[in-house]
Amino acid sequence: MTAYHWRPSADLSVLRLRAELLAQIRAFFAARGVLEVETPALSAAAITDPHLASFNTCYSGPGSQHGRPLYLHTSPEFAMKRLLAAGSGCIYQIARVFRDGEAGSRHNPEFTLLEWYRVGFDHHRLMDEVAELVGMLLAGRLTLAEPERLSYRQIFQHHLNLDPHRATVADLAACAETRNVSIPTGMPLDDPDPWLDLLLTHCVEPRLGSGRLTFVHDYPASQAALARLRPDDPPVGERFELYINGIELANGFHELGDTVEQRHRFAQENAARRAAGLPVMPVDEHLLAALEFGLPDCAGVALGFDRLVMLATRKTSLAEVLAFPLDRA
Amino acid sequence: MATYSTNEFKSGLKIMLDGDPYAIVENEFVKPGKGQAFNRVKVRNLKTGRVIERTFKSGDTAEGADVVDVELQYLYNDGEYWHFMDPQSYEQITADAVTVSDAAKWLKEEAICQVTLWNGVPLSVAPPNFVIMAIVETDPGVRGDTSGGGGKPATLETGAVVRVPLFVQNGEIIKVDTRTGEYVSRVKE
Repeated sequence: MTAYHWRPSADLSVLRLRAELLAQIRAFFAARGVLEVETPALSAAAITDPHLASFNTCYSGPGSQHGRPLYLHTSPEFAMKRLLAAGSGCIYQIARVFRDGEAGSRHNPEFTLLEWYRVGFDHHRLMDEVAELVGMLLAGRLTLAEPERLSYRQIFQHHLNLDPHRATVADLAACAETRNVSIPTGMPLDDPDPWLDLLLTHCVEPRLGSGRLTFVHDYPASQAALARLRPDDPPVGERFELYINGIELANGFHELGDTVEQRHRFAQENAARRAAGLPVMPVDEHLLAALEFGLPDCAGVALGFDRLVMLATRKTSLAEVLAFPLDRA
Repeated sequence: MATYSTNEFKSGLKIMLDGDPYAIVENEFVKPGKGQAFNRVKVRNLKTGRVIERTFKSGDTAEGADVVDVELQYLYNDGEYWHFMDPQSYEQITADAVTVSDAAKWLKEEAICQVTLWNGVPLSVAPPNFVIMAIVETDPGVRGDTSGGGGKPATLETGAVVRVPLFVQNGEIIKVDTRTGEYVSRVKE
């Protein structure tokens, strides 16, 4: 703790720009008839994804004499899908979300997520809208070439000359070695996903979206727990990510509406948690009931607002665009 | 020695890798949109000075390295080893030529040096930032030249060679910055 830490780490001019961008986002959705909603940050259920850690807390008071565990949401996705099933139509939310264990130049344990859902859209149509919104917000602030769309397979073929859907752990390990990627200890020999993540973060991501919006789509089914699967060979998850200048900015899905399949994926993830010695999370039964009732065909996306501000201001760390990041919180 | 989680990594932390002591230079947390998080770490080998990159799965641990910096007084060189002494405990420590390396030419008896010890054994020696030494050999300067422009080589009592202004004469005492190897000023006895 140093004496100047009471001050914001971002310039006041950046904080003014944040407010301006938020107003532009609200105007963008208002013009399209997309409804702004708010859902609780505290939930009785939590995300099961073993790579996301929820903060937990406890409610005590009327109705809960002995305390009731509650989790801070890592994204407003589940509650927003319940609204969609209830007939809300297209909705968006600007939510403060919380993720334990994540801090660095591009991560802060609490951050602002812009999340929206479009009824009747598939992931490609939603990518069009993401490009439109992001293009508008960055106009005059960052010079960008025409957006491009590449499949997960294409980016691995282009940058590493391998097929991510067919490569074995041995292939991926050999690729890491030839690229001089330091291989962490304890990498699993039976699961290619962490190896794909290693190559992606070290060799591919830094080169994505160079001077333009690059959408990556059609992820391995194992990396798209909330997306529809398309029965290609091999089947791919209808998920996309947006990168600009090597920074991952948004993640979207053509949303899965199948209750049985969703319950199965939650159970798989909780089994993976148990195997890794991580706490098992209470599954969101409200979400499953809503899916059972019927989720309209829709696509949804979550965009890291703070990273967008970072790009708009050409800063290199979140601390420069947050009033008070973790070490000043 | 303690073990450190990647959550405790920060620049300057000393850790063991493949049996060698390293200092963390840079620590970066990376995570794909969904999936495994990693710490990409730049580390400097404290024996060789070489900087390499290592990746850890976030949450994994590394063993700490018992590396400390101590202030020791240089005593003498016996032809093969350099001998230092802890001014408080009078304990003596010897270092070889590889360890002393470039510091050797700045070591004058009784100088206080910063010695980096790993498990009590010296890894490196840093001379004082400024040393005061006599010139044992330099060409006679041009009479009347006090501009300091140009300069000429001068050999010091330890064998180090520095560039000095033309007006500085053989036998004079000068102050030198060991970090740059540059002449600072003349020193009056």
